Amino acid sequence: MMQSLTLRMRRTSDLWNRFSRRNSSVIGLLGAVFFLAVALFANWLAPYGRLEMGLSFQPPSPDNWLGTDSLGSDVLSSIIYGAQTSLLVGFCAVATSSVIGVVVGALSGYYGGMVDNVFMRITELFQMVPQFFLAIIIIALFGASIWNVIFVIGILTWPSTARLLRGEFLALKQREFIEAGRSLGMSDFDLIMREILPNALPPVIVNASLQISGAILLETSLSFLGLGDPNVMSWGMMLNSAQEYFNRAWWMAAFPGLAIFLTTLGLNLVGDGLNDALNPRLRT
Amino acid sequence: MSLGLYLIKRCLYAVPLMIGAIVLIFTLVRLAPGNPVDYIVGEMGADPVVVARLMADMGLDQPIHVQLFAYVRQILSGDLGYSFVSNAPVSMLILDRLPATLLLMVSQLVLSVIIGVALGVMSARKPGASLDNSITVFSLAAFAIPVFWLGQMLILVAGYHLSWFPMQGMINFRARYSGWEYALDVAYHMVLPVTAMTLLNLALIQRLTRASMIEVLGQDYVKVARAKGLKESTVLIRHALRNALLPVVTVIGLEFRSLIAGAVLTETVFAWPGLGRLTFDAIGTRDYPLLMGMFLFICVLVIIGNLITDILYALLDPRIRYA
Repeated sequence: MMQSLTLRMRRTSDLWNRFSRRNSSVIGLLGAVFFLAVALFANWLAPYGRLEMGLSFQPPSPDNWLGTDSLGSDVLSSIIYGAQTSLLVGFCAVATSSVIGVVVGALSGYYGGMVDNVFMRITELFQMVPQFFLAIIIIALFGASIWNVIFVIGILTWPSTARLLRGEFLALKQREFIEAGRSLGMSDFDLIMREILPNALPPVIVNASLQISGAILLETSLSFLGLGDPNVMSWGMMLNSAQEYFNRAWWMAAFPGLAIFLTTLGLNLVGDGLNDALNPRLRT
Repeated sequence: MSLGLYLIKRCLYAVPLMIGAIVLIFTLVRLAPGNPVDYIVGEMGADPVVVARLMADMGLDQPIHVQLFAYVRQILSGDLGYSFVSNAPVSMLILDRLPATLLLMVSQLVLSVIIGVALGVMSARKPGASLDNSITVFSLAAFAIPVFWLGQMLILVAGYHLSWFPMQGMINFRARYSGWEYALDVAYHMVLPVTAMTLLNLALIQRLTRASMIEVLGQDYVKVARAKGLKESTVLIRHALRNALLPVVTVIGLEFRSLIAGAVLTETVFAWPGLGRLTFDAIGTRDYPLLMGMFLFICVLVIIGNLITDILYALLDPRIRYA
């Protein structure tokens, strides 16, 4: 017990050493943690309530640090509430896509043959289809609730996970320890879940971390086109309404976009750092 | 295998994908709440007799597999249906707007390939040097910027505050230009949207070129070329780059659909009268036939894009054809 704990700790500190080799990864992690904290404590951090409105088109001032929008809402508060939406969409959408991708990838890689053939044709279809337009149509047809948006992003982004995991499974299932497990009479389910999957996960984790920022950008793009959930604040929606008022309120467009930029940049840097830490083989 | 036979094989490969896309969209529309007639009669409702006749007209009273078969046949024959809003054929509406979008996409693709490959080669020559590091920082930043926000900022700075470029649209309607003046006017309006799209796309191309150049520059045949005393530029371009470009071409082909998505968002920001604007308006009016037609049409564009990639690939690497 003690021994495995120290072993685990050593592995964690190893991981951290490799992750922190680049300053950019650490900066990215700080940015991502900041974003996470803002989203989690939004209700305490936002200077104004969700429905509080004052004068419209106020430029940045001590009262409204980032100005107010066309309806008189505080831009800073809206950005803070928007962080919640982005966080929710980013994590839930990637969780959905990872679950689908892991199931499809594991089954096709493990069983091969017909199962693999069918799953890979479906994967290819999803990789060819213009995701963005499919998302537009699904949301236009089924309604723009936040859960629909999450679900759509999830079902459109799983193919890369599936392909990655399938490749890992194809390589791992040939190894001796799997043969050993099989000859001990382990069931397929146990072999997949307990032997292969834990070894195949690192690239999937890296991929998932890079997908979070993609999911956030996709949600922002959809709500920019007016397909976001009208009941929650989102950065894309803020940019959508800023579009009409360039000549009156530059702050309406500048700050929400900056929030998207910094969040995505931070998450991407964390993903790159994780890539270095977990996949030393793939380093260029 | 000859190049022609190889291409025919690739074309045949596209047919099941296209049918898959049609089945997918058909299934989605059938899964959605309500049926197509509801969208036509609207929320006010209509006489049941009228509804029944509309259902029969649209073939909705037939069994589902008959409907699906008819739909696949209709789409494959090039008929994308009629727009709810303007009642014009969807294919006509799309073809009408296509040139404006292609103009943006081709310009930005050409620019970003030229600049991106050049920057990639430059940064691969000395990895880790200050030039390489600053290019890397730039491309990391470019990956994180949403294209529509970049467009908005360009409009705000270069259009609104500095008045260097027109803020929106494709032509100056008041001036009534023709001939050369017209072309120049369009080019003038294109500067900002093309800049926004190029900046983002060239980052991707730069990163790919850099990675694959670094790999290729370590190969024996590059050392041989250097040992033969060839000029550095000949080694870099004739020997290394030609091979390094293969993965770059593949990824550009795969990214084709996100190029179109980027074009849609950019056009929305710049009020560019192309497919993006058409999509945006169709979303606003919930014009389902138009949205579905756009989706299928873009599937075809993606397939064509992939074919072009295959041709380029086969031209760059003769081994492909024999594989």
